[in-house]
Amino acid sequence: MSLLEVSELSVVFGNGVRAVDRLSFDLDRGSTLCVVGESGSGKSVTSLAILGLLPGAEVSGRITFDGVNLVAARPAELRALRGERIAIVFQDALSALNPYYQVGFQIAEAYRAHRRVPMAQARRVAVRMLERVGIPDPERRAREYPHQFSGGMRQRVMIAMALCLEPELLIADEPTTALDVTVQAQILGLLDELRRETGTSVLFVTHDMGVVAGLADEVLVMRGGRAVERGPVDRVFAEPAEPYTRALLACVPRIDRPVPDRLATVPPMEATR
Amino acid sequence: MTVLLEARDLVMEFPVRHALTRRVVGRVAAVNGVSLRIRSGETLGLVGESGCGKSTTGRLLTRLLTPTSGSVHFAGRDLATLSERALRPVRRELQIIFQDPFSSLNPRKTVRQILSAPYRYQRVAEREPVERQLARVGLLPEHADRYPHEFSGGQAQRIGIARALALRPRLVVCDEPVSALDVSVQAQILNLLKDLQEELALSYLFVAHDLGAVRQLCDRIAVMYLGTVVETADRDTLFAGPAHPYTKALLAAVPIPDPARERARPRVPLTGDLPSPLDPPTGCPFNTRCPKAADRCRVERPVLRAHATGHDVACHYPEETTR
Ligand SMILES: Nc1ncnc2c1ncn2[C@@H]1O[C@H](COP(=O)(O)OP(=O)(O)OP(=O)(O)O)[C@@H](O)[C@H]1O
Ligand code: SF4
Ligand SMILES: [Mg+2]
Repeated sequence: MSLLEVSELSVVFGNGVRAVDRLSFDLDRGSTLCVVGESGSGKSVTSLAILGLLPGAEVSGRITFDGVNLVAARPAELRALRGERIAIVFQDALSALNPYYQVGFQIAEAYRAHRRVPMAQARRVAVRMLERVGIPDPERRAREYPHQFSGGMRQRVMIAMALCLEPELLIADEPTTALDVTVQAQILGLLDELRRETGTSVLFVTHDMGVVAGLADEVLVMRGGRAVERGPVDRVFAEPAEPYTRALLACVPRIDRPVPDRLATVPPMEATR
Repeated sequence: MTVLLEARDLVMEFPVRHALTRRVVGRVAAVNGVSLRIRSGETLGLVGESGCGKSTTGRLLTRLLTPTSGSVHFAGRDLATLSERALRPVRRELQIIFQDPFSSLNPRKTVRQILSAPYRYQRVAEREPVERQLARVGLLPEHADRYPHEFSGGQAQRIGIARALALRPRLVVCDEPVSALDVSVQAQILNLLKDLQEELALSYLFVAHDLGAVRQLCDRIAVMYLGTVVETADRDTLFAGPAHPYTKALLAAVPIPDPARERARPRVPLTGDLPSPLDPPTGCPFNTRCPKAADRCRVERPVLRAHATGHDVACHYPEETTR
């Protein structure tokens, strides 16, 4: 049985927008699934649905996490799972951190939300996690505030916070999109290393096919709330079955191929349905 | 090719204010001695990571900012010292396109009004009907009477491009014109910029952090780091044989959509982040992250000088290039 099984998931917002439309996929333990698509394709809404963070939206279908259907779960059950067994890292680390509390304290609190331990012990966990995600001088940095960290370091803090409880599933929604490429390379390397060490399964949301190539075991291509194509990363890149996947790969100017005179363009949605 | 624009030793210092008292407590050099040339008919790419001074440089070249020191020679004049009045005719020939297509278009004006504004500002007769201007950027006549919010991001960027071209400029500074757009829309806009260049004999300064887009569009490339240009070369030389350690690291960090290549990639990304421009390192600005940094690098600042013909590098120990 897969760790996560999503079947016929649909999300409809109050305004009638069907952001996700009968989406199905699964994610095996220890494996990385990259969800890729353009803006508005429903990637983020899918992650929020898994986390049960779509109040007011109509969510239907099944999201089975380790045998439990999250769509039917009570809010208290979901709260118990979130952070502890399913963790998330968002694109915008600055707004996810509280500006008024020390970074180490925030990680310690995230830990204590699920583990009954004294503060001093939780703080030691926080420092150890900061060290693990490559923050130099973690003892001292733990006592600093988010604004004293650069964008890349804040994203490391978010990863430390997400992984401190050793979750089985990490959902990462465009965690490197706001970062520069050299810093992105560091963060992707870190995520990959931690994933290998811990066996955490990763659902990674991105719009960047280059990032997908480096991280994914499996790829899910989304468009207009639907799954366009799903498969092992090597197959999807070498032999994309769907015209949209092919177009998405072809339209990106890449630095390892001869420069084309013109870039390929993507046909409009109607034509590919 | 003739030189269309030449910037020498541009410096732009901004006052730094205390977070609470708002008193000026120091100065930060966002651009710290930039020299570059744009030749007639070419596209010069300006690349580098956030905060390195790319956009500030673009604004200095178009005199949306007045440099603290340095010169910008364009069409026989030094723009750095011209009065606003004397600049007006120059602005016909020198335009800029911004990253966020919506915030640069007045939401209360129709496309027709937006596209005729440059003529009114310059007090010249309308050179071209709006329909023709729209057609050039791939939009339809019926778009003329709509408002910006009725357009997608890609369409709004087309309107921004049409407006920049209204006065038939010779040089257009494109400041991250595709970064806010979806990849499929990026491809369309990059194709459009290339077509327009051919049609109207334009020169571009293409400011971007996306190296794929830069390689697609540019003839020559200048790489910036912490307010200075560290390397300039023609496109193929730069991508095949970068001589500055920073350029090399930057190219190595670009993810490539090829799983086998990505798995085989030796991940040796740079350690650390960009230093704060408030507190730049002494000597070479890159010495805090450079794998080759030596003692000399921490005391002596390298100047941009010829490494090979048409290839300038600011480094004490540049890479050997084979080409
Ligand atoms: N709270 C909401 N109310 C109404 N519609 C919403 C809401 N949140 C998202 N949507 C809509 O759902 C669709 C999918 O959004 P989603 O953010 O999941 O896409 P995405 O692929 O992650 O986009 P991006 O890459 O821009 O973040 C869009 O049409 C969006 O406008
Ligand atoms: S001058 Fe020294 S520190 Fe600077 S880039 Fe060259 S080798 Fe590196
Ligand atoms: Mg999203």
